[in-house]
Amino acid sequence: MIALGILLALVLLLVVFGLLFRLQILTSIFSGSYVRQIGLSNRVNAILMLVFLVVGMAAFAYSFIDSFDKMNPPIASVHGLHTERLFWTTMIIIGIVFVLTQVALFVYSYKYQYREGRRAFFYSHNNKIEVIWTVIPAIVMSGLIFGGWKEWTNIMGPAPKEAVELEVMGKQFNFLVRYPGRDNKLGRINFRLIDAGNDFGFDLNDQKALDDFTTTEIHIPKGVPVLMHIRSRDVLHAVYAPHFRVQMYAVPGMPTKFWFIPTKSTDEMRAQTGNPNFNYEIACNQICGKSHYAMKATIIVDEPDDYVAWYSQQKSFAEQNPDILAAFKNKKTPVIEEVPAATSAAPAATEKAQAAL
Amino acid sequence: MAATNIPTGGAHAQEAPHVQHHATGDHHDEHHDHHDQHWLSKYVFSQDHKWIAKQFLISGIAWAFIGATLSTLFRIQLGWPDANLSWLEPILGRWIDAGKLNPEFYLALVTMHGTIMVFFVLTAGLSGTFSNFLIPLQVGARDMASGFMNMLSFWFFFLAGIVMFISLFLETGPAAAGWTIYPPLSALPQAIPGSGTGQTMWLVSMALFIVSQLLGGVNYITTVINLRTAGMSMAKLPLTIWSFFLTAILGLLSFPVLFSAALLLIFDRSFGTSFFLSDIYIGGEALNHVGGSPILFQHLFWFLGHPEVYIVIMPAMGIVSEVLATNARKPIFGYRAMIGSLIGISLLSFVVWAHHMFVTGMNPFLGSVFMFLTLIIAVPSAVKTFNWLATLWRGNIRFTSAMLFAIGFVSLFVSGGLTGIILGNAALDIQMHNTYFVVAHFHLVMGSSAFFGMFAGVYHWFPKMFGRMMDEKLGYVHFWLTILAAYLVFIPMHYVGIAGFPRRYYAYTAYETFNQFGNLNTFISIAAIMAFFAQFIFLFNFVYSIFRGRRATENPWGSTTLEWTTPIEPGHGNWPGAIPAVYRWPYDYSKPGAPEDFIPQHVPYSQTVSSNLPYEKEME
Repeated sequence: MIALGILLALVLLLVVFGLLFRLQILTSIFSGSYVRQIGLSNRVNAILMLVFLVVGMAAFAYSFIDSFDKMNPPIASVHGLHTERLFWTTMIIIGIVFVLTQVALFVYSYKYQYREGRRAFFYSHNNKIEVIWTVIPAIVMSGLIFGGWKEWTNIMGPAPKEAVELEVMGKQFNFLVRYPGRDNKLGRINFRLIDAGNDFGFDLNDQKALDDFTTTEIHIPKGVPVLMHIRSRDVLHAVYAPHFRVQMYAVPGMPTKFWFIPTKSTDEMRAQTGNPNFNYEIACNQICGKSHYAMKATIIVDEPDDYVAWYSQQKSFAEQNPDILAAFKNKKTPVIEEVPAATSAAPAATEKAQAAL
Repeated sequence: MAATNIPTGGAHAQEAPHVQHHATGDHHDEHHDHHDQHWLSKYVFSQDHKWIAKQFLISGIAWAFIGATLSTLFRIQLGWPDANLSWLEPILGRWIDAGKLNPEFYLALVTMHGTIMVFFVLTAGLSGTFSNFLIPLQVGARDMASGFMNMLSFWFFFLAGIVMFISLFLETGPAAAGWTIYPPLSALPQAIPGSGTGQTMWLVSMALFIVSQLLGGVNYITTVINLRTAGMSMAKLPLTIWSFFLTAILGLLSFPVLFSAALLLIFDRSFGTSFFLSDIYIGGEALNHVGGSPILFQHLFWFLGHPEVYIVIMPAMGIVSEVLATNARKPIFGYRAMIGSLIGISLLSFVVWAHHMFVTGMNPFLGSVFMFLTLIIAVPSAVKTFNWLATLWRGNIRFTSAMLFAIGFVSLFVSGGLTGIILGNAALDIQMHNTYFVVAHFHLVMGSSAFFGMFAGVYHWFPKMFGRMMDEKLGYVHFWLTILAAYLVFIPMHYVGIAGFPRRYYAYTAYETFNQFGNLNTFISIAAIMAFFAQFIFLFNFVYSIFRGRRATENPWGSTTLEWTTPIEPGHGNWPGAIPAVYRWPYDYSKPGAPEDFIPQHVPYSQTVSSNLPYEKEME
């Protein structure tokens, strides 16, 4: 009943608007302003152009400054500081171009509005100007490309040998984490071995897998390179850790990786932000289904000593699941050989998989 | 090669199809006999390019309202994540569950909004309308090279629309894997219900849509190359035609690749192949797909997907160039540079696709290459912008509604284009990829600005389409509200994006990192709803003016191009008499010495002795 009332009110409102509109047209026909093409409204629009520019720029500047603190997630990685500098340098350059072109656009619109008796300047081309405004952007772009390329190759280059390794596996709708254990080598896993008890699909026939352990929280040491192997066991996901300026897709069938050096421990960041609840978060950043928006993980950055202590306390998957280990011992036939390309998480295989593309 | 087989001299409307008899054969003769203006062949299965253009335009407008409604729905969710939405139950039914929007339906809304806007509105609605309407009129042809294929092009599009529309009402919902439909999500109904029948219908619809695009594209290209009137060399074509021509070439080369991607995806979904699937454990079982690559799909998709954004924006660029020159009463500055930059953009648009994939695990070396190529494309775009600005400089500007939208286009194109320099930089894209920064960027540079180009086109060519004028005052209100709302929506989205908000999120409440910008999201939603309602002003103006608008004159804007030499309401065949021949370029505005401030293309130099430039003297 209420809906009907609202609908009726809306219809009436529309009718009123329609009538007013018609009335306005009829009066303008009688007053003779209906056919005149260039009248007062041309002047009004020209002034509005100027108003839009000034008010718009002011509002932009105000809102930008007002939101500036919030829009910058604090940085906690070495390469993050570099890309951040590159980002704001680029922002300044495009900001200058933005202001210049918008000012030119709206000021010209105002300044060269129609005037009775004036004639536009017949000026069809000027090749010298064209060359100038082709070459200058090209030079600026080359500079930006070079800056970006240098950072990109550094970030994507091979991880240092001493890097701490771990693997993150995306699944609907959380991230699983495993560490290589004492041997520092991630063991073989196989998606065909996944079941309720063996979330990761550990192949415990592989010696290297025996000391691998899984955790719910990701711990990494401060100041040490961290090599994160990334994979998915169902659909695409993306590991996105905004504070570390880290992002990489998790692709089923194609292991990926990203390495970075965290610079601030979680405790330090809590002190810096004044937020005792602060946590580094990983967000899934590739649409993956119903709970995509809640697919996250927490990263704890420890002081190196704390990290070593935490690491040595962890119990391996095999140790925690003796029944699964026993099942592997009973059934010797290795299943893994069927899918050689994707079962090894070793960096070499990752590179091969990437080179294949 | 200009103008060899042009029907000239008193050709009647009927003559146009005769020209291509050899091409369409018997088929055409049959249709010929029906040409006695049966209402069905006049208004429904029309082969008249002008009518087909109107069909594209009106379907495009309808789709735009559907697409905008979907975005309003998900903006309500994002702006007020905690609100009780049970008042939407009459529309959304069981997708509202206990006052909450279903998260999977949220993804479906996002997906369908993108699909509809990109393909149905900004590709079919924009190119379909203006390429169809303007190519024959501006090159001086009686109709498209093949009116029949042109008709098929619309009806394949219509069919694609029907399939997509029906998919909105499926029990499992429409496709919900994002408009980019990345597998495995789009391949596995176990992963999201929308990947069941909804995704199948999406793929079928897209296949039909691609057929429509190819039929249209072949026609546009052929018409521009073969059916130009006497004297209309390629260097005398209006920039609109150049942009439509290059757009059609892009479409013709890139849409088949999307077709192949869709086909392979259909195979993976239905026939057990593994092109894109490997090592998947889902729904409690390991699937038998091994050896495929989801990244391969992305390569195929973006090989269309990136040219696609230029397919969307280039017609708008052409329209804007035309409208700016006409209403600044000034030649477009750097005509040849404008053509050159269009060609540059067209070529480069084919070699930048992988900048959508910097962080997919693609070889970093490829990332470097694509970063280089991507940032280079900023150069021709910059050249275009500077040329537009120079066109306004010392002009004598008349603010028609079309002109306002053309100026708005330049503003939005600059604002959105510049942030592309950030996103095209692989090192910076690590942080920005898939955040709202990307959403803000492309909505400004190819969403809003393409819409502005389309509005400019509608306001400008409405008198030629319907023989009446649209109301200017309503046009002004529409413009100012729309540009204001566009900036209010998308500027704050950059802030949210720099803060790292991922796109396609149903809510941000789960994250410590992202829960600080709640107010801004509400603000964006309010502005988006305002933008949505402002479009009803346009709709009213459009419908009202078709029936009751002020009657148009033959050349209401004082324009130089050929379409304004036709009668106010041109019949089939466009010109009742001979097709005018062309003598000059299309931008002789405010030429010194000329009595009027424009000289149409069909006026020979011998009639304009007073204004001829030195090098034009010999052509008298």
